[in-house]
Amino acid sequence: MDITFLADTLVELLKGAPLTLELAATSVGLGFVLALALGLTLQSAPAALRWSIRGYVTMFRGTPLLVQIFLIYYGLGQFRPTLETLGLWGFFRQPYWCAILALTLNTAAYGAEIIRGGLQSVPYGQIEAARACGMPPWTAYRLVVLPIALRQALPSYGNEIILMIKGTSLTSIVTLLEITGVAQQIISQTYRAVEVFACAGAIYLSMNYLVAQSLAALEHWLSPHLRTPNIEDAVAIEGGLH
Amino acid sequence: MASATFDLIGFGPEGWGPALLRAAAMTFVLSVAGFLSGAALGAIAAFARLSGDRFARVAAFAYSVLFRGVPDLLTIYLLYFGGSVALTMIGHWLGARGFVGLPLFATGMAALGVISGAYQAEVYRGAFLAIHRGEIEAARAFGMSGLTMLRKLVVPQVLRYAIPGLGNVWQLVLKDSALVSVIGLVELMRQAQVGAGSTREPFVFFCAAGALYLVIAAATGALFRTVERRSRRGFRMV
Amino acid sequence: MTAFRKIASLAALAISALAVAGGARAEDKPTAITIATEGAYAPWNFTGADGKAEGMEIDLANDLCSRMKVKCTIVIQDWGGLIPGLTAGKFDVIMASMFITDKRLQVINFSRPYAIDPSTFAVAKTSPLAKSDLSGKYNLNDEAAAQPVIDKMKPLVKGEIVGVQAATTNQQFLKKYFDGVIDIREYKTTQEHDLDLAAGRVDALFAQSTALAATLSKPGFSAYTIAGPQFLGGVFGRGTGAGMRKSDTALLAMFNDAIGDAIADGTIKTLSMKWLKADVTPPQ
Repeated sequence: MDITFLADTLVELLKGAPLTLELAATSVGLGFVLALALGLTLQSAPAALRWSIRGYVTMFRGTPLLVQIFLIYYGLGQFRPTLETLGLWGFFRQPYWCAILALTLNTAAYGAEIIRGGLQSVPYGQIEAARACGMPPWTAYRLVVLPIALRQALPSYGNEIILMIKGTSLTSIVTLLEITGVAQQIISQTYRAVEVFACAGAIYLSMNYLVAQSLAALEHWLSPHLRTPNIEDAVAIEGGLH
Repeated sequence: MASATFDLIGFGPEGWGPALLRAAAMTFVLSVAGFLSGAALGAIAAFARLSGDRFARVAAFAYSVLFRGVPDLLTIYLLYFGGSVALTMIGHWLGARGFVGLPLFATGMAALGVISGAYQAEVYRGAFLAIHRGEIEAARAFGMSGLTMLRKLVVPQVLRYAIPGLGNVWQLVLKDSALVSVIGLVELMRQAQVGAGSTREPFVFFCAAGALYLVIAAATGALFRTVERRSRRGFRMV
Repeated sequence: MTAFRKIASLAALAISALAVAGGARAEDKPTAITIATEGAYAPWNFTGADGKAEGMEIDLANDLCSRMKVKCTIVIQDWGGLIPGLTAGKFDVIMASMFITDKRLQVINFSRPYAIDPSTFAVAKTSPLAKSDLSGKYNLNDEAAAQPVIDKMKPLVKGEIVGVQAATTNQQFLKKYFDGVIDIREYKTTQEHDLDLAAGRVDALFAQSTALAATLSKPGFSAYTIAGPQFLGGVFGRGTGAGMRKSDTALLAMFNDAIGDAIADGTIKTLSMKWLKADVTPPQ
């Protein structure tokens, strides 16, 4: 167990961590916005639009992320002349933006499903009450439906965030130097595959653990009405023991 | 232009069609093998998690957290490089000479099994906890032995509650099988890469691969939904 | 012990028994060996439509094996996993256009070289390097002669994005001599950097001259040409050799004899002219 080697490797690998976090955060953020838009559109859109959204979701949930990354990076690279005339080549030329596009489209497809489930779980009574109060539709969404739906979706979405952090490791295959990419560089110098990958795994594990704990705390904070009150709180509210 | 595309992935002399279909079959077989190994591992882990033994509970929990928290790509690499090192050590300890290695398919199957086992353990555990406590008490009151209770009470119900979750895990295994391409096994992703590199038509090949994955996912998804509907016959669900 | 621990230990024993039954491989004077190649480096080694490896090194491997009277199986392994896979025992020999360098010699053994192929740039025909008249072969062991040429090249390639295969001596060369002058992009395989050159994501490539010649002869690369001086030696080591584990000394001797014979009777020249359109026979 070569501790110095492991320690040096960890320090080297952490240089890839900012890119991993950047890829994950950007794609999750953009993906959430897109998923929300798609989820809301699905509620009340004409049939053609609904079918195209469903088609997009099926395609991106039914194919591996690796295929999507390759398709966007190498596949679209084949159409460089067309992209140049459209002025998009500057975007597709960079591996970073191709990776963000692939990750965002992927997470948005899963997110759209999760948000759809969340929206459907809102009790109809709440929506009726909102209408009875005279709220215009958008206010009803903003004040009543979305808070409930998003809170409901939080556990599944938290899972999706962790899957995205793991998904960034695939971008090493298109030349990006995030943690897995740096790991492969180190291995090409030292030929010690098992130790380096084990260190990389440990870093991802810590990241995902932190994310999981933060999400659990967030869920806890957002659902005071679901927690059983404890005796001290009840007594305090009552004004002390008589 | 379109006919040239179909020549490429078709069944003619230049066509990569047969190679792609063979690779798709390999993907399917690999996924099934991985899923079934995962079922075995997951069942053991769920059993350990629910047992009274503290060591077993902690070990199973660690297994679940580890393989759901580490990227699947790294798990596959670790099993590929580390697996033969570990097996060689065990082999030497048992008296074998030389190197002991796992063939590519077995490595891929083991990796997929270990990863999906972690997810399946959660599914089985949740399904077991959903069984009504009263039924278990009644079974004990009837004097059923542990094994009989398992056979008549636990397994049928766990399978019924677990099917939706297992359907999700299956889709995960199918997609993770694409990652096994990095160790060189010729499944669909690898074949598409070989074809794309050889002919320098990546768009055609990755679209074809995507379409084949979609077909397998849709067909097996429909199968799972049918099984799910049949398992729920006779029960009113909210 | 609880039931769980009993079952767990039984399972561990069963798996190890199966592993042993899987078979150990023979050592000392082997009669059957497994040779690994990359399968993505035309025309040295590449994968055909049927999934089998083809190319100059595959033909050479079969020739050497018949000389050594050994049964050979050829497997394909990604470039980055060749040396770790060799040391882990997944195969016995590497023949993947791998250069013999001191760094690699620390981990594995190499046979005597069976080919010498210098590395060079492939750039756009409109680039300053293509328009200059710099050429010639330079051995990096003689830094006094090579460094001035490299310094003359630097302004001609400044700012370009250069694709190179990761974990190769080509990448080390660029890092050592051109770091900061160019933007180095590393790829897992040469096929991928070829695709990106055709797509215009990179402005130039740096690889072995025979591989570049083969790539540029394909349609889609008419705007590019090989340009500038060619380099060997130094960070590029002593040429291409077959990699083996340090413990396999008998196998190493067998390979060295066979390669010596192949050089002497011109087999290497014939094969390299057939596949690489150039003679890469190393000096005896």
